[in-house]
Amino acid sequence: MLVGESIGLKEGKATRVAFGETLVELGHEDPALVVVDGDLNNSTRTDLFKKAHPDRFFNVGIAESNLVGVAGGLASCGKKPWIASFAAFLLCNAFDQVRMSIAFPQMNVKLVGSHGGISIGEDGPSQMGIEDFALASALPGFTVVVPADEPSTRALVRQLHAHNGPGYMRTGRPNVPIVYANDAPVRLGKAHELRNGDDVTLVACGLMVAAALEAAALLEREGLSARVLDVHTLKPLDEETIERAARETGRVVVAEEHLCYGGLGSIVAAALARRWPVPMRFVNLKDTYAESGKPRDVLVKYGLTAEDIVAAAHQLIPKPILSPA
Amino acid sequence: MADLQSIARRIRCDIVEMTTRAGSGHPSSSLSEVEVLVGLYYGGILRHDPARPDWPDRDRFVLSKGHGVPALYAVLADRGYFPREWLTCLRMIDCPLEGHPNMRRVPGLEASTGSLGQGLSIGLGIALAARLDGRDYHTWVMLGDGECDEGQVWEAAMAAHHYRVDQLTVIVDRNGFQQTGATADVMNLDPLPAKWQAFGWQVREINGHDIDEVRSALEWARQEGTSRTLSGSGPSVIISHTHKGYPVSFVMADFSYHGKALTEEEARRAREELGCS
Repeated sequence: MLVGESIGLKEGKATRVAFGETLVELGHEDPALVVVDGDLNNSTRTDLFKKAHPDRFFNVGIAESNLVGVAGGLASCGKKPWIASFAAFLLCNAFDQVRMSIAFPQMNVKLVGSHGGISIGEDGPSQMGIEDFALASALPGFTVVVPADEPSTRALVRQLHAHNGPGYMRTGRPNVPIVYANDAPVRLGKAHELRNGDDVTLVACGLMVAAALEAAALLEREGLSARVLDVHTLKPLDEETIERAARETGRVVVAEEHLCYGGLGSIVAAALARRWPVPMRFVNLKDTYAESGKPRDVLVKYGLTAEDIVAAAHQLIPKPILSPA
Repeated sequence: MADLQSIARRIRCDIVEMTTRAGSGHPSSSLSEVEVLVGLYYGGILRHDPARPDWPDRDRFVLSKGHGVPALYAVLADRGYFPREWLTCLRMIDCPLEGHPNMRRVPGLEASTGSLGQGLSIGLGIALAARLDGRDYHTWVMLGDGECDEGQVWEAAMAAHHYRVDQLTVIVDRNGFQQTGATADVMNLDPLPAKWQAFGWQVREINGHDIDEVRSALEWARQEGTSRTLSGSGPSVIISHTHKGYPVSFVMADFSYHGKALTEEEARRAREELGCS
């Protein structure tokens, strides 16, 4: 497992699998749900929907621009399309189509970008979605969701489907640890406190939530108590919960599998600058592309581990506290 | 068809008047579309009801070349989709008639367009929805010829044939010019009919300013759409040969009128040529 073993987290399915399985269930419940694919269904796991609901599944081939436009047309007739591709292709290749055919007319289309982050490993930078938070959040009216694990993915897919309006969800390739019990009490638009603490707040999304929990355990050994917030909904941001954490802990570290500009760190920093400024540090990809490698090696080399979160927290916490009696 | 011709003249007069008042816009690209729009909206082709713009069984018309929307605004206003007074505030703040189509502000618009290349994909999605819902409406998409430079047009063309969506018709407004020059000089599209044919589409070429030819081609597309559904022979495209700025002589003679409204004086001359009242 990539992260979380040291604190006893159990391995769950990849978020892309949890997404695909939930989509099948929703397909049984809602006949308006249709799926459009750009010939990556066995990677994004919409292949499960294809098997269960073949009449409502369209593979338009390797053509992301058309994929997005077709979804816009379907939505204009009352269908509720979910469209999935790699995050890197869906948003980067077809951003103009997402803007014009979905965002501008506020179509009820849900986009799912799989293979988000650098933890996909071996396939390398061309396949890594590392700009998607910035791109999706830039779109007016978009709800942007990045689930951390299997149970919360199931809950958030359902809640995003029930939400009428455009949305983006990032899913990941590798199996990830379970950080929620099976009935994940996550609510779209609400940050979830996974661990209470007073000395520093660790804000994270996606895979980095488990890393933040691991970091909190490491900090605890030093006598520091870290609060961990799963900010699975980047937009609209739960500013109240984040402000409260900033007020009560006085320091915030934001961790994400995304480039340093425009992601969760930027979004949280902008909110806190306005509401309750505190010293902050950011654990993310530093204005660079990563490279091929085993997922764990890539995360280590590019600074996205629990140890990196601990180091960032140390930069914020005065040294005396660092020397327990 | 003298009746349709006089309607076409009226629409053209509106186009010139509203874009000149706005002081910007694309009158020449609008003028080339007029007979096709009149054929659709007045010629008994398009199944529509201005009182019910959300009627689920209506035909859909998607103007993919969004810059040509003044012509469509003039038609929609004349058909009663919204008050004619709206035409007088084109492109002004708080006016629903924006520079390019915004479907959320104007009844009768089926898509928000203006970034070229996207309308056919939207039309394909609409046609697929008809199939899912068991409805028999027809989907019409108007593309500019320069717009066919966009790769997405051909992604959608390939997919429409793949999915055998027969109740889908493209009209290419083949006016021969794009923003900076002739399509032949900027990006050669020829042989355009052969390209569509090769993508599996039924092709017809017409003189897009001959209202009889326009009507019969639209009729062909609608009726053949139904029979093609039985034979599964694919979507149809009408390549409508037109002149940018037609029939205003000095606009037709100079492609640099793209994206430019006529001055008051030019508008006066244009309206005189058109025989506007």
